[in-house]
Amino acid sequence: MLQKIYDWIDERVDITPIWRDIADHEVPEHVNPAHHFSAFVYCFGGLTFFVVVIQILSGMFLTMYYVPDIENAWRSVYYLQSEVAHGQIVRGMHHWGASVVIVMLLLHTLRVFFQGAYKKPRELNWMVGVLIFFIMLGLGFTGYLLPWDNKAYFATQVGLQMAEQVPIIGDELKVLLAGDDEIVGAQTLTRFFAIHVFFLPAALFALLAVHFILIRRQGISGPL
Amino acid sequence: MSEEKQQVSRRQFLNYTLTGVGGFMAAGMLAPMLRMAVDPVLKSTSSDGDFVNVGLAVEDITTTPQRVDWQIEQVDGWYESKPGRSAWVYKDDKGDIIALSPVCTHLGCVVSWEGNESHPNEFFCPCHDGRYTKDGVNVPGTPPLAPLATYEQKVENGILYLGKAISRKGA
Repeated sequence: MLQKIYDWIDERVDITPIWRDIADHEVPEHVNPAHHFSAFVYCFGGLTFFVVVIQILSGMFLTMYYVPDIENAWRSVYYLQSEVAHGQIVRGMHHWGASVVIVMLLLHTLRVFFQGAYKKPRELNWMVGVLIFFIMLGLGFTGYLLPWDNKAYFATQVGLQMAEQVPIIGDELKVLLAGDDEIVGAQTLTRFFAIHVFFLPAALFALLAVHFILIRRQGISGPL
Repeated sequence: MSEEKQQVSRRQFLNYTLTGVGGFMAAGMLAPMLRMAVDPVLKSTSSDGDFVNVGLAVEDITTTPQRVDWQIEQVDGWYESKPGRSAWVYKDDKGDIIALSPVCTHLGCVVSWEGNESHPNEFFCPCHDGRYTKDGVNVPGTPPLAPLATYEQKVENGILYLGKAISRKGA
């Protein structure tokens, strides 16, 4: 049945070359843990992406219950944790995944650094990777405020004061993030929510696309 | 091992195993998310049979429909509120209390008793000129296709308590 549907579409649109291009490519021997077990270090990039996928999916489902409003944010999180079936698990995935993704990203970065895989012609991909790292940190920072509990509130106070220390544009930057020059409140929360679920993910997708297209065009760097 | 017995090739076996393991992992990941998303459908509906004192003594109910407004306690996820409800209440010829929902069965506007001067002794909906007779039955030829809903009711200590609005079959 599935084969028939596939054939029907393939006959008309010729999709086989498309997915072959994406999925069907040889893994060089020095990257394959089956040949040299130490090649598992090459998994960290893929693992980072895997956790990112978990973050995207669990985040999508969390927004079914979460409201970015100072009156209801904490209560909606509490409700989804305590009343909704498996809500605790899904928020747990998002909570722990947020840390795991940074760990994986750092391991991936260390591998690329110590293998010198960032060297010519792959400098551009290193730069894109650094941007992805900053986007991830931004996602972590903005997501931290959303439960609107004491930890979230005071962490954001500190974060905003750090932004304020930036030379010349510090004050403006802080107001831009907080939405108000004094209060960390309703406007801060909606801003952080918008940044967390729309702006940063959009930037992340674009950068990930560039990251992956570049690695496919340039290939994985050779063995040490 | 003869050639004939080898129905599954090494490549196929690996493909099946990997797809199986991968599918299991994906399912394990997606199952809690989907269960969380469908939770409202699977939750048992609560709070039926909650009768609320509408602040009207039985002796004050006449044969002319009068509008009563009251508030119910509503828990909507993490949000608790007291939304208003209203009913048209009167005694019929047998002396039984009738409490009709004012929500028009056409498109949900609010009907009034004798809401239009040219239609006395009827409920009238201003949105599309829907009409109902005193017992709440829709007048044929007007937009509504079903009678007004009736509230579950009980009387305690001479005070009227109303519950859920029960919709009635189309006339």
